[in-house]
Amino acid sequence: MIHSLFLINCSGDIFLEKHWKSVVSQSVCDYFFEAQEKAADVENVPPVISTPHHYLISIFRDKLFFVSVIQTEVPPLFVIEFLHRVADTFQDYFGECSEAAIKDNVVIVYELLEEMLDNGFPLATESNILKELIKPPTILRSVVNSITGSSNVGDTLPTGQLSNIPWRRAGVKYTNNEAYFDVVEEIDAIIDKSGSTVFAEIQGVIDACIKLSGMPDLSLSFMNPRLLDDVSFHPCIRFKRWESERVLSFIPPDGNFRLISYRVSSQNLVAIPVYVKHSISFKENSSCGRFDITIGPKQNMGKTIEGITVTVHMPKVVLNMNLTPTQGSYTFDPVTKVLTWDVGKITPQKLPSLKGLVNLQSGAPKPEENPSLNIQFKIQQLAISGLKVNRLDMYGEKYKPFKGVKYVTKAGKFQVRT
Amino acid sequence: MSSNSFAYSEQSGGGEAAELGQEATSTISPSGAFGLFSSDMKKNEDLKQMLESNKDSAKLDAMKRIVGMIAKGKNASDLFPAVVKNVASKNIEIKKLVYVYLVRYAEEQQDLALLSISTFQRALKDPNQLIRASALRVLSSIRVPIIVPIMMLAIKEASADLSPYVRKNAAHAIQKLYSLDPEQKEMLIEIIEKLLKDKSTLVAGSVVMAFEEVCPDRIDLIHKNYRKLCNLLVDVEEWGQVVIIHMLTRYARTQFVSPWKEGDGLEDKEKDFYDSDEEQKEKTDKGKKPYTMDPDHRLLIRSTKPLLQSRNAAVVMAVAQLYWHIAPKSEAGIISKSLVRLLRSNREVQYIVLQNIATMSIQRKGMFEPYLKSFYVRSTDPTMIKILKLEILTNLANEANISTLLREFQTYVKSQDKQFAAATIQTIGRCATNISEVTDTCLTGLVCLLSNRDEIVVAESVVVIKKLLQMQPVQHGEIIKHMAKLLDSITVPVARASILWLIGENCERVPKIAPDVLRKTAKSFTGEDDLVKLQILNLGAKLYLTNSKQTKLLTQYILNLGKYDQNYDIRDRTRFIRQLIVPNEKSGALSKYAKKIFLAQKPAPLLESPFKGRDHYQLGTLSHTLNTTATGYLELSNWPEVAPDPSVRNVEVIELAKEWTPAGKAKKENPDKKFYSESAEEEEDSSESSSDSESESGSESGEQDDEGDSSEESSEHESESGSGSEAENKRAANKNSKTKGKSDSEDVDKENENSKTSDSSNAESSSIEDSSSDSASESESESESESRKVTKEKENKTKQDRNPLTKDVSLLDLDDFNPVSTPVARPTPALSPSLIADLEGLNLSASSSVISVSTPVFVPVKTHVLLHRMSGKGLAAHYFFPRQPCVFGDNMVSVQITLNNTTDWKVENIHIGEKKLPVGMQMHVFNPIESLEPEGSITVSMGIDFCDSTQTASFQLCTKDDCFSVNIQPPVGELLLPVAMSEKDFKKEQGMLTGMNETSTVIIAAPQNFTSSVILQKVVNVANVGVVPSGQDNIHRFAAKTVHSGSLMLVTVELKEGSTAQLIINTEKTVIGSLLLRELKPVLSQG
Repeated sequence: MIHSLFLINCSGDIFLEKHWKSVVSQSVCDYFFEAQEKAADVENVPPVISTPHHYLISIFRDKLFFVSVIQTEVPPLFVIEFLHRVADTFQDYFGECSEAAIKDNVVIVYELLEEMLDNGFPLATESNILKELIKPPTILRSVVNSITGSSNVGDTLPTGQLSNIPWRRAGVKYTNNEAYFDVVEEIDAIIDKSGSTVFAEIQGVIDACIKLSGMPDLSLSFMNPRLLDDVSFHPCIRFKRWESERVLSFIPPDGNFRLISYRVSSQNLVAIPVYVKHSISFKENSSCGRFDITIGPKQNMGKTIEGITVTVHMPKVVLNMNLTPTQGSYTFDPVTKVLTWDVGKITPQKLPSLKGLVNLQSGAPKPEENPSLNIQFKIQQLAISGLKVNRLDMYGEKYKPFKGVKYVTKAGKFQVRT
Repeated sequence: MSSNSFAYSEQSGGGEAAELGQEATSTISPSGAFGLFSSDMKKNEDLKQMLESNKDSAKLDAMKRIVGMIAKGKNASDLFPAVVKNVASKNIEIKKLVYVYLVRYAEEQQDLALLSISTFQRALKDPNQLIRASALRVLSSIRVPIIVPIMMLAIKEASADLSPYVRKNAAHAIQKLYSLDPEQKEMLIEIIEKLLKDKSTLVAGSVVMAFEEVCPDRIDLIHKNYRKLCNLLVDVEEWGQVVIIHMLTRYARTQFVSPWKEGDGLEDKEKDFYDSDEEQKEKTDKGKKPYTMDPDHRLLIRSTKPLLQSRNAAVVMAVAQLYWHIAPKSEAGIISKSLVRLLRSNREVQYIVLQNIATMSIQRKGMFEPYLKSFYVRSTDPTMIKILKLEILTNLANEANISTLLREFQTYVKSQDKQFAAATIQTIGRCATNISEVTDTCLTGLVCLLSNRDEIVVAESVVVIKKLLQMQPVQHGEIIKHMAKLLDSITVPVARASILWLIGENCERVPKIAPDVLRKTAKSFTGEDDLVKLQILNLGAKLYLTNSKQTKLLTQYILNLGKYDQNYDIRDRTRFIRQLIVPNEKSGALSKYAKKIFLAQKPAPLLESPFKGRDHYQLGTLSHTLNTTATGYLELSNWPEVAPDPSVRNVEVIELAKEWTPAGKAKKENPDKKFYSESAEEEEDSSESSSDSESESGSESGEQDDEGDSSEESSEHESESGSGSEAENKRAANKNSKTKGKSDSEDVDKENENSKTSDSSNAESSSIEDSSSDSASESESESESESRKVTKEKENKTKQDRNPLTKDVSLLDLDDFNPVSTPVARPTPALSPSLIADLEGLNLSASSSVISVSTPVFVPVKTHVLLHRMSGKGLAAHYFFPRQPCVFGDNMVSVQITLNNTTDWKVENIHIGEKKLPVGMQMHVFNPIESLEPEGSITVSMGIDFCDSTQTASFQLCTKDDCFSVNIQPPVGELLLPVAMSEKDFKKEQGMLTGMNETSTVIIAAPQNFTSSVILQKVVNVANVGVVPSGQDNIHRFAAKTVHSGSLMLVTVELKEGSTAQLIINTEKTVIGSLLLRELKPVLSQG
């Protein structure tokens, strides 16, 4: 399936290559560079490129291109999903998926890639198994290794791959047994000029951090499971139990993982926690404009809204902005034309606002469209959909674990058109 | 193989390989050879030294640096000999990195790569399943054609392994072998067939992958496994799920009848919007024509449904395409929700999913209409995503939602992303043509856009308006006038051309403006784009026909300009138009119809989705994404008219009962689990027992096997215990025969030893030089020098120990299930390495005890050129293999060299100069010849120890004045010495050399070639083997031993019915064995 993989940085250097079948020459990447040049923007490089003898399927992650070479028909999503899994693994191992991290750990990267694919077909992609095969680098371990000469490659061979539950390794032991769940909901919305909602929906995930000894069998139930409209599961979840009882029953992987992601049915009205008053105008035939936005809380269920940032991609004719915020600080990058206003917390007594003048390039026609505002915020201890975890039960082990659930609501792709 | 290619050309190809050869020798004497290295090689000198050091840490550092070089794409192939030596390293990280290196460069250095094969062969029998699996993985990744038979054997063996993990790797290896040698297809299909029956979820995905790669057309292999695959699907790992689902989609399209009503597909495309009707219709239709879905068809649809919930986008997409292609249309709706969910994912996933949704939304609008708003565009989306979303929005537009959509489009048109804005205008145009209610609204909106400041937007609007006006026979004089004015300001060629065409087409409606436009453009003609020039010519022609009074001269002027244009298209068009419209004597009948030709009613353009044609590709495939057929794309067949026999999928009753109840799955898992855990325990047990109880282990492990088997599967309990007891009986019988054979052989043994002592001084002296020779030769020398001191008892014990064990393997092999046998067969790690070597040595001497070297049956007179007289300045040399035991050393092959002097003068002092031999190889040279008279010839003999390999021995043949580089490469058949043995002994030895040690092939030839004399003659011509008297007419047996290590080489030719014969070679030296097989096969099959 996957013939070769090339890692390319933003300036177009191929800094790593790996072949699983016969060697494919680097020159195949020229087709990719061609497409990249044509696309102008990195975001617009087509993920699938056809060349005379090969097909290139690429992803763009963290300023790196992962370009895989394919020779025969294969579902493109298969490759894309796998490449992302590779990037996730790097992230997991090195803390970041960057050129420097990969170059520093090139041997581990190679060992990982060797285990992840056999003849181009995925072999071991579960991070738990990989971590048993190849230990992630830590400062302590590299010091120890240099002194004792031991290596990063595990000499115990992983058992998980052979069992029916490949995601969990055997013989896990903790002194403190803990199970934490984070219910994180994101609001995706498009708000139009007049402040009415064009489109809004809630996307949620439950991330778990499980540190339990042995082979615990957990079941998690909700107060209002009907809210969950469309759910995707980690492979550990028993689908039948969910179908019949709406209970999440699973033997968890060890450590951090995403348990489920879900969407709240679109029929439900989505409460929008903030509103924005805006007036942006550019005067005809003059080189300045006015900029004025105010943010206020709306339907916030009595919680404080924090971590607010507003990002605006200003039109190209904008030269500079002279603004005064009543709260927080702002930056304007004259090169990328991006205005970022870091607001912080909203206090209902005094609504934060940002006012001032916009300097335009003189002589240029005024922009016809006002830029849209992208808003980020966070509300702690609230799941905006109203989803609530009822209880968590554990079977199969004798000890009593410490359990915890945390709720957070965030803005997802939250856009206000002006 | 590079070594073949440079036989005579030292300067070109030979240089590199000679250097390599030298590197290998440099491990023995590092000081001497260095001077010859090129400067490029020196760079890696430190790495080489690190690799040769004794410290693991230095080796590891070196390997890490080498892997770094590989990762950067730098060539590190010159380090091959130094790296490959570490393949057997104890340090697991070094080992893994060596594997990485080996797999990368083996293809380029095939000969040297062969040196590593034996390590993997040993590991293939390791008791640890993970080591077996990784050995198979690496072995099968070494792309060296010569080891194909070894790979084949390894795969065969692994496919019957007890561990599902090893079997999974076997399935992967199938594809690798297939890509290396497609001729193995038939045999591989057999293995695939076997593995498809596997019940483990680990194996399922990989074997289906192999099936898709090797024999996707053998749909008949799936029948019996269809239900099992459906039921296992949920538990298979995610990547396997994708592959299985795609395969089952194709399967279902060939095996079941269409669940869609007649002509549904067609109707559906035409009447896009009435899909609530459609569903109703479907229901009524069902009432009319009873369609009952095959339960197997239903099973597939039901068992894939849960996978829509997978976190893996590829799995969700695979299920979606399955539903799209094989589920009844009323049920396909459930996939839309999951597909829309994927849109939250990263841009690459979005891109592919949106493409597929675009194709789907053309055919079945209703599916995605509820999710209309999910396709709204955000300003932060990448352009390619925006355009795909726009495409879907257009497909979904209908009377009900068009007003909302148009409002949305208004925002998009103003977007700063101009490419996207232009696409939006196109979209509006399409909506306007598709939905007649809004055509006017759209048109006014577009006209407003004409006053936009951005040129791209205006140009796009012009093009779209042109298309819209063409469809509307109604008067739109105002708009045309407006556009004529635009001509002054707009510069985009397409837009200018569109305006000109529009004016020309409607020139009678705007009689005042049209000639003026022509006047203006005539002025600027030379500076226009080609596209615009053509339209100016068109406009001129049309005006000339309708309003010749005003425009005659103008048109003439333009035609003259066009006549001398640089572009031949324009010159061509000019000539054509002139002939058509300007009346002269030559113009034919056509000019009468010129008006009709130019001003005919033109059909309105059809604004279609670019995704219209894609629906004939299977969704979710690469071909669909690219909209061209990708290599290896498998067409989805149409539903059959009549369903093929569904009973082919029936499986035997027991299994059926187990598989058909969905609730039974949980139950089924339990024995599975037990099965795994037990096998692990079993392995531990058996390895312990074999180390603890040396003499008893044979019978004990046998018992364990039986135990293990019976617990393995209760359903087959009875039949198995039967065969188990049978096996036991056989074993007992064999034991008897063994003890008998032993007593027979003992005196022969003694004799053998006596004869050996005479040679030992020779062998020992040579073994001192040979410091880094491979383990085989080491054990050999050890066995010779030390084993004699060991008491007879020990020898007996080990013989007893080993032989029954190996016997076990073969017995179980026959019964075609191969449980713990392999682990037991190896000496356990508890024994120290030296002891293992000891045992191996003993084993060799033991095996040679029953045999004695006989005289060659036949000595071919074929000679090979060593030195041609042209290149040897008149000195010619030929060599041939006299097939006599070599007098210089036991391990050597004797070679006779005939030297001819073709010159007119005396050649003096002929001797052998510098030798360039691969590691371990030795050579006994002839005494220098003082002089050779003109026309004289002399024959000398020498001995070469080829170490049982076909590697080339290079050396220099020197005279007083010159040195000539020459090579001897032995044919594999000459590495043998014939052996006389009885048929009984032959069978016994053959029984011990089964499994991995056996290679076989089928030969097809005319019957007259299968007479015993012909076969005998052919075989002995190729190989120096001894004939074993045979009791059967149809079986011919030949025996030999390798010269260097004395391993037995047993050749059997078994004639079958028709004109086929089976050629079997049993030997421990599998590389030599497979080489010999390759040599023999063509010789035997040719007439």
